[in-house]
Amino acid sequence: MSRIDIHKTYKLYIGGKFPRTESGRYYAVKDKKENFVANMCLASRKDFRNAVVIARKAQKSWANATAMNKGQILYRIAEMLEGRRAQFVAELITQGSSEKSAQLEVDRAIDRLVYYAGWSDKYQQFFSAVNPVSSAHFNFSCLEPMGIVAMIAAENQGLLGLVSVVAPAIVGGNTVIILASETKPLSAISFAEVLNSSDVPGGVVNILTGNADELMSHMASHMDVNAIVYCGQNQKAITTINELASNNLKRTIFHKKNDWLDTDCESPYMIEKTQEVKTTWHPTKV
Amino acid sequence: MLPNLNNLPTYDTVGVNERISRFQSRSIKKSAKVEGLKLALSMIDLTTLEGKDTKGKVQQLCYKAMHPHDTLKGIPTVAAICVYPTYVAIAKETLKGSGIQVASVATAFPSGNSKLQVKLDDTKYAVEQGADEIDMVISRGEFLSGNYQYVYDEIVAVKKACGKAHLKVILETGELDTLDNVRKASEIAMYAGADFIKTSTGKIQPAATMQVTYVMFDAIKDFYLKTGKMIGMKPAGGISTSKIALQYLVMLNEVLGEKWMNNKYFRFGASSLANDILMQLVKAETGMYQSADYFSKD
Repeated sequence: MSRIDIHKTYKLYIGGKFPRTESGRYYAVKDKKENFVANMCLASRKDFRNAVVIARKAQKSWANATAMNKGQILYRIAEMLEGRRAQFVAELITQGSSEKSAQLEVDRAIDRLVYYAGWSDKYQQFFSAVNPVSSAHFNFSCLEPMGIVAMIAAENQGLLGLVSVVAPAIVGGNTVIILASETKPLSAISFAEVLNSSDVPGGVVNILTGNADELMSHMASHMDVNAIVYCGQNQKAITTINELASNNLKRTIFHKKNDWLDTDCESPYMIEKTQEVKTTWHPTKV
Repeated sequence: MLPNLNNLPTYDTVGVNERISRFQSRSIKKSAKVEGLKLALSMIDLTTLEGKDTKGKVQQLCYKAMHPHDTLKGIPTVAAICVYPTYVAIAKETLKGSGIQVASVATAFPSGNSKLQVKLDDTKYAVEQGADEIDMVISRGEFLSGNYQYVYDEIVAVKKACGKAHLKVILETGELDTLDNVRKASEIAMYAGADFIKTSTGKIQPAATMQVTYVMFDAIKDFYLKTGKMIGMKPAGGISTSKIALQYLVMLNEVLGEKWMNNKYFRFGASSLANDILMQLVKAETGMYQSADYFSKD
């Protein structure tokens, strides 16, 4: 008996829910043979603003979660992703990857989550220090999350590019709002489903789909965003982000790499990029 | 005298929701939005009604009322601050010369479960301390038992105890169950001498909703047509964003009209609304979304 096709509706992921864009705008995603695949939400600046409000609410309790808890949740994301490998491989193939490269990208994304899960209770030791000072003070430095990180994901690797920047930011206690690859957004939204079933508290990761040129300036200028990550090579975009981010001294982080399979993407310094160093001077010998 | 409550219009929830959805779909942008936000700011009763209130907290709230955001030019102050009777004197002193009113809750707020004499003493104390406005609660238990005369008499007595102070009557609509009851309680309050009718204490959920506010507007309009007396309205609790505040103003304008579009006849009882409005105003000026980090606490 023939069945009616069931097409998946791809929506945004904000605050642990899957809302449609408030703007009511959509764009068509096509496969490599230019066949229609799905309508994606074309997120507006208001969707971004709403996500910031939610990410702000979620940030404090996420930062206060224990390192062990955060590590377990990251590992749980990896488990869930592993269980849905086939779906992610198929989506990447639909979006133009070869079977081999799709498999490699999904494997690497899973491994990367496990990698950062492991760093959860270790990066503090790695970057913290007791500093020698020439006064009667006990002086030490440790890391604190920056807060809310807005991200523009890499265009070419829809899943791995996103996971590679989200994982180190959240393991460090930040909450993120990430704009998925415009041309390869399918696996980003499917990844949201994985997050939603992995005990990640709502609002810790928020995923938007849409046009980077349209949203970039709002992401860079928003006063309640503490850092912005841009994955791409567009020099004009980098200049715009740098200029607008200066309004509230947002930290800017630019990843110009083309290939996120590269193992140098796995590094504790990726965590450190969205951390603020707090140095404390504690009087001694009073 | 207690009005006849048998011939009041009744309210169909579906119909009220339909009417309200129209107030919520207006597009108010740019300069109209800025004017609306300024108006809303000028209508706020900045409120703190917590057991943990202190002198310092009340003073901070008063400074916030007088100086909402000094770097933003041409914005109004809020209408009033609303505190418990014990903090009226300190609020009055801090706000001296600013023109901002001091409102005080009274009559065994928030439950209203005490004997009349205690409620009257509570009211007189707040007035003696210098309160310009008294926010009383009705006896919901008596109301729901059908003892309307009791509720009416109580409001009359409190009104007398207020002297020159304005009286706002809190219906606590979250406990009245139906829109018809809200209408009934509004009638009782207005005929008993209320200067304002107010939705909620903020201690019960749901607090202010557009549905009950609509019904109360409707009651105020009918009362005005019948007696020529303008009664004020104060939705309180749960109005925390500029967007919702503007929807209330749209409804105010379309149900009661322009005469009510000022803080003499309309107030928002809110605490976090003020900062949201300020952030929206700065956004309108700079084009950049704002952060609470750059605004004084309220």
